[in-house]
Amino acid sequence: MKESNTILPQGKVTGTQEIVLEIKNLNKSFGDNHVLKNFNMKLYKGENLVIMGKSGSGKSVMIKCLVGLIQADSGIISVMHKDITTLNQTALDILRSDIGFLFQGSALYDSMTVRENLEFPLRRHSSRFEKNMDTNTLVMEALENVGLAHAIDLMPAELSGGMQRRVALARTLILQPKIILYDEPTSGLDPITAKEIIILMQDIQKKYNTSSLIITHDVDCARAISDRMVLLIDGTNYAEGTFDALSVSTDPKVKAFFKH
Amino acid sequence: MSGLSNIKSHIQTFLKEIGELSYFTARFFKESFRKPFEFKEFLRQCYSMGNRSLVLVGITGFIIGLVLTLQTRPTLMEFGAVSWMPSMVGISIIREIGPMITALVCAGRIGSGIGAELGSMRVTEQIDAMEVSGTNPFKYLVVTRVLATTFMIPLLVIIGDAIGLYGSYLVEHLKGDVSFQLYFNQVFESLEFGDIIPATIKSFFFGLAIGLVGCFKGYYCGKGTAGVGRAANSAVVFTSLLLFIIDFIAVFAADIFYDL
Repeated sequence: MKESNTILPQGKVTGTQEIVLEIKNLNKSFGDNHVLKNFNMKLYKGENLVIMGKSGSGKSVMIKCLVGLIQADSGIISVMHKDITTLNQTALDILRSDIGFLFQGSALYDSMTVRENLEFPLRRHSSRFEKNMDTNTLVMEALENVGLAHAIDLMPAELSGGMQRRVALARTLILQPKIILYDEPTSGLDPITAKEIIILMQDIQKKYNTSSLIITHDVDCARAISDRMVLLIDGTNYAEGTFDALSVSTDPKVKAFFKH
Repeated sequence: MSGLSNIKSHIQTFLKEIGELSYFTARFFKESFRKPFEFKEFLRQCYSMGNRSLVLVGITGFIIGLVLTLQTRPTLMEFGAVSWMPSMVGISIIREIGPMITALVCAGRIGSGIGAELGSMRVTEQIDAMEVSGTNPFKYLVVTRVLATTFMIPLLVIIGDAIGLYGSYLVEHLKGDVSFQLYFNQVFESLEFGDIIPATIKSFFFGLAIGLVGCFKGYYCGKGTAGVGRAANSAVVFTSLLLFIIDFIAVFAADIFYDL
């Protein structure tokens, strides 16, 4: 198994922590384009792991392989000790309810109101909650978490980019997932809104003790939120470590990420 | 040589698309009988499609009835056969013109709408978001829409036929002083089950084709806004072609059946 070229201090991770997500030797190609080459990664319980890489380096492909949106060519993807590549559709759907996914463009259902957007995953997984649990209470609680209770009856098109991202975060939270995958959570947002989203992500992590995998190329975001980082270069996990350790690395490829 | 390889490539693409559409159709039939049934969404789609297309189908049918009668009247008068007008228009509209014109109008109105809507959902990752939330997007988006077009097109055809015949009656009433009762008595006297049943069965297949092609083009839409445009456009073109092929097969089959 190919390991990272650079292994640096590992943030708050200790040897006793439970692994909630693990990727072993993941490969994915599109024609002749080998996007992921023996990629390896571990996410520990309660950890914020940032995967950083250039645009087109395969970050989004990797995160989509994790939830079965893209089929990997080979490799093992273990989510909460279940290999998702071997699960049937029903088992995969149940497992997916434990994984929140914040899409790069928010991906709100634009024909539904904010309330309906949040109710949609609830209808599919009502068995996760007590029988007499009021849907409205859950929706309001999720919206209050992101400070948008007042927008409950608005359509996504009536919201700003930052508000859409917060509603998408509320939709991700509503099933109370154990792992949250963030695909470029701050891309396309102004610095102030991006900072608000980062603070929200930190609050959510503290409140629900979720494990988070954050895909980004935003150094400020990585600095603010990461416990540990993996640099994805040429389809492999090129370097791993804390932000502070990686940012002083002398490796030219690693330095290139932090030089600004 | 390059022209030949160009033709070969076009044929390959066309055959590949036919193969993919066949697989898509098989999946539709398979998923239609599997739980959960998205009945609420199916009703919403029926209402939306019927409601959005009713005025257009009505106006088109009315004008076709008017024009057909106005254009045919002088010729029938020349042969002293103007009393055959209700029978001729009735059979023409019920058997062929009504279903075909309604289906073509709906291919433009509904087919392109479905192609653009699903295409846009694909591009903005809404379909992925649905899948990640544990919902089967094929069942929720495709099955409901295809079933809705299959049930709504025959209804729209009946309404279009009725309005078309009324348009024809208006011309006859104004030019020939024919009463409403006399006109429609003659229409119904000339019609047989052999005129109505094949036309109705044909309409179901028209609806199925409109829904399937629209969903197929949208569901597998290319990237970006250009992809959405192409999906909507090719949905209309491909459906229109398919409608003529289905019409030919239906007329041919009905002809063989009644000859037996």
